[in-house]
Amino acid sequence: MPLPKVDAVIIGAGAAGPIVAKELAFVGWRVVLLEKGRWYTPADCRKDDLRNQRNPTLGYPFGPEEEGNPRVIVELNGRERVVKPSEPGYNNNAFCVGGGTLSYGAMAWRFHPNDFRMRSTYASKVPRAFENSTLEDWPIGYEDLEPYYEKAEWEIGVSGDVSGDPFKGPRRRPLPMPPLPPTREHEILEKGARRLGLHPFFIPMLRNSVPYHGRPACMRCRWCVGFACEVDAKNGTQNTVLPMALATGNLELRTECSAKEILVDDHGRATGVAYFDREGRLWEQPARYIVVSCGAIESARLLLNSRSRLFPQGLGNRFDWVGRNLQGHTYTGANGLFEEIVYDDLGPGASIAVCDYVHGNPGLAGGAMLANEFIRLPYQFVSGIRDPDVPRWGRAHKEFVRRAYRRIIPVQGPTQEIPVFESRVTLDPKIRDRFGIPVARLSGYRHPHTIEVSEYMAERAAEWLRASGAVKVWLRRAGRGLSAGQHQAGTCRMGRDPKTSVVDPWCRIHDVDNVYVVDASVHVTNGAYNPVLTIMAIAYRAGDHLAREGRRA
Amino acid sequence: MIPSSQIGGGSLKRRTFLASSAAAAAAGCGRKPAAAPGYRFLTPEEADTLGAWVDTLIPPDEDPGAREAGVVHYIDIQLTRWFRKHQSDYRAALSAIDRWSWSRRGRAFALLPLAEREELLVQMEKGKAPRDLFPDGGRAAFDLVLAHAMQGFYGNPRHGGNRGYASWKMIGVPPMPVRGREHYSAAETFPERS
Ligand SMILES: Cc1cc2nc3c(=O)[nH]c(=O)nc-3n(C[C@H](O)[C@H](O)[C@H](O)COP(=O)(O)OP(=O)(O)OC[C@H]3O[C@@H](n4cnc5c(N)ncnc54)[C@H](O)[C@@H]3O)c2cc1C
Ligand code: SF4
Repeated sequence: MPLPKVDAVIIGAGAAGPIVAKELAFVGWRVVLLEKGRWYTPADCRKDDLRNQRNPTLGYPFGPEEEGNPRVIVELNGRERVVKPSEPGYNNNAFCVGGGTLSYGAMAWRFHPNDFRMRSTYASKVPRAFENSTLEDWPIGYEDLEPYYEKAEWEIGVSGDVSGDPFKGPRRRPLPMPPLPPTREHEILEKGARRLGLHPFFIPMLRNSVPYHGRPACMRCRWCVGFACEVDAKNGTQNTVLPMALATGNLELRTECSAKEILVDDHGRATGVAYFDREGRLWEQPARYIVVSCGAIESARLLLNSRSRLFPQGLGNRFDWVGRNLQGHTYTGANGLFEEIVYDDLGPGASIAVCDYVHGNPGLAGGAMLANEFIRLPYQFVSGIRDPDVPRWGRAHKEFVRRAYRRIIPVQGPTQEIPVFESRVTLDPKIRDRFGIPVARLSGYRHPHTIEVSEYMAERAAEWLRASGAVKVWLRRAGRGLSAGQHQAGTCRMGRDPKTSVVDPWCRIHDVDNVYVVDASVHVTNGAYNPVLTIMAIAYRAGDHLAREGRRA
Repeated sequence: MIPSSQIGGGSLKRRTFLASSAAAAAAGCGRKPAAAPGYRFLTPEEADTLGAWVDTLIPPDEDPGAREAGVVHYIDIQLTRWFRKHQSDYRAALSAIDRWSWSRRGRAFALLPLAEREELLVQMEKGKAPRDLFPDGGRAAFDLVLAHAMQGFYGNPRHGGNRGYASWKMIGVPPMPVRGREHYSAAETFPERS
């Protein structure tokens, strides 16, 4: 059933969608924002070690629902599995208002200037990173995003102190909030880093260290990454830009509404979006502009599901690039055991980083920021951080946990991945979701050079821990299978050439001039850092552009 | 089957054995045996066997073991929720380890001393348990119970395990700073059923 036409419909209220919605609502556009999940408030917050966005032993609290939302994963050996959200291989982020930003760890990194020009930086120096890869420069650079990084930092709210990072790109303003006071772990690692001649500093975080924009400061609890915040001190889109946009009266947010497809007329212009509401009723929302912000896997899926006479392969997919170059981050690092107690139970845990290994590693293309891990909850500790020389169970195991829990520091980093054309999202020919829509099928692998860099990073983490006084260190290595997960990106690449990319530098689909993709999908490469601030900056930039250039009713 | 010469001895042992073989038979023909009082899924004998099993994985010492910390309850509750697909795995594994114990040691697994329980679990972990009892030599059942035992012991008390914050006290971390949200409604714990 068609509804009254609006200026823009935005699909997905995650990190990117609400920012575009706010930019458009502020200049008077009538905007509808469709979100598949629900809106949770701090009162819905549960601190549950077994049921959170990082550990779904008993399901995901912030979506998707366990039944009716399967995906298909193709493993390295070719075996296919139909997976439910809580099962390994699903590669979930979150499905709710705020998307990943409701429950994230909230590290707020700007990418390094060279992260936007991986080809120019490494083509002659590290040719093997370009074999069987789609490693490329972005069509935009750090300087294009700089003002929008700043806008995200001030409008959404970032604390930290990056003045000690000599490797960062140029910036005009400092962060709006100071860092939280250092933990014991921070002090131990800081000494070790200085001993190695590294440059440690306070991680920038989308978290209030002091009251900001009417919400309180962090109370430093143990349950941050993977959880909503009880005191609303963690800044996501759901408690910042979204309320601002709603206050204009120009935005209507429709929760529990899942887009089915983008509708296109016979002239090749998009006319609106077909979506299912929570009762399973099908609606048509006509709009002048459509913005797709469903996250890298679901945005690709929606475009592929939007088939029409003119676009039989799906929207934006004339040259078979939609869904390609699926990537995430390859996390590796090390755990260090200390003689003394290093744990002081002050959340969120992660606080200190070095960016000395982000670029310029001998013989390697790229690298990673290294940081200490968020507080590892007891079950996470026994299932993931345990010393491999200690038995998995029995007296010795219990003895180890009792002694070591407060004496271990994990250090890790997100290795920038070398994108691969064969790592991709397609539509599964058989499996459908609860509405009968074909689901995402994930297949591919990590580039061998990604593994090489990640091994180097694990060694660097070990070195840092030893220099900090660890008496025993063991490495965390990575597998070769497909990477996507919480940092999923790359499936609708930004570029100038329609033959080798999906959207233009303003995030507009090459094929159709009134459809935009604005989220992690457009990343050409995913940086050596957690991606969300870059996603936000791109959304501010695209929203700003659309608000100025777009034609209203 | 276990030779009759190995049955006998005390009445407790005999009762446990008979009941567990009855449970095994019931599992085989799909009838649902009655859960123990205070349990949702496990029979009294199964609860005993599982208690001994998880107490082997996380034995009591100066701090509570898994059983005292409520791990059997954690697993029992989840066998009617998130672990429903493992109901038959548990039924089969608990019956198999008990039959193995009777044939090897002449008594129920629940009554074996720690060292003897450890010995059986080590065999299972290596996949070397008798194939007529465990088709894969026991590894899958071992890993399943190990993962669930660790979750129950180290997770949050609201799910039935980690009673009195036993494991958190053991490692020296305080309980949650904000209380009163310890429990879920059924809809939150198992949304797809609501
Ligand atoms: C536990 C956790 C910790 C993290 N920590 C960090 C961190 O410290 N730093 C960092 O930079 N990043 C972090 N991330 C990652 C970060 O949250 C993501 O990179 C970011 O949210 C991605 O933004 P997005 O806009 O691309 O997609 P999302 O935020 O995933 O938003 C997409 C939205 O679209 C909705 N949607 C999907 N399909 C449809 C449809 N068909 N119709 C309607 N709506 C739809 C989804 O429900 C979702 O809400 C973390 C994520 C998690 C889960
Ligand atoms: S650590 Fe701070 S920001 Fe994170 S959930 Fe706890 S109180 Fe909120």
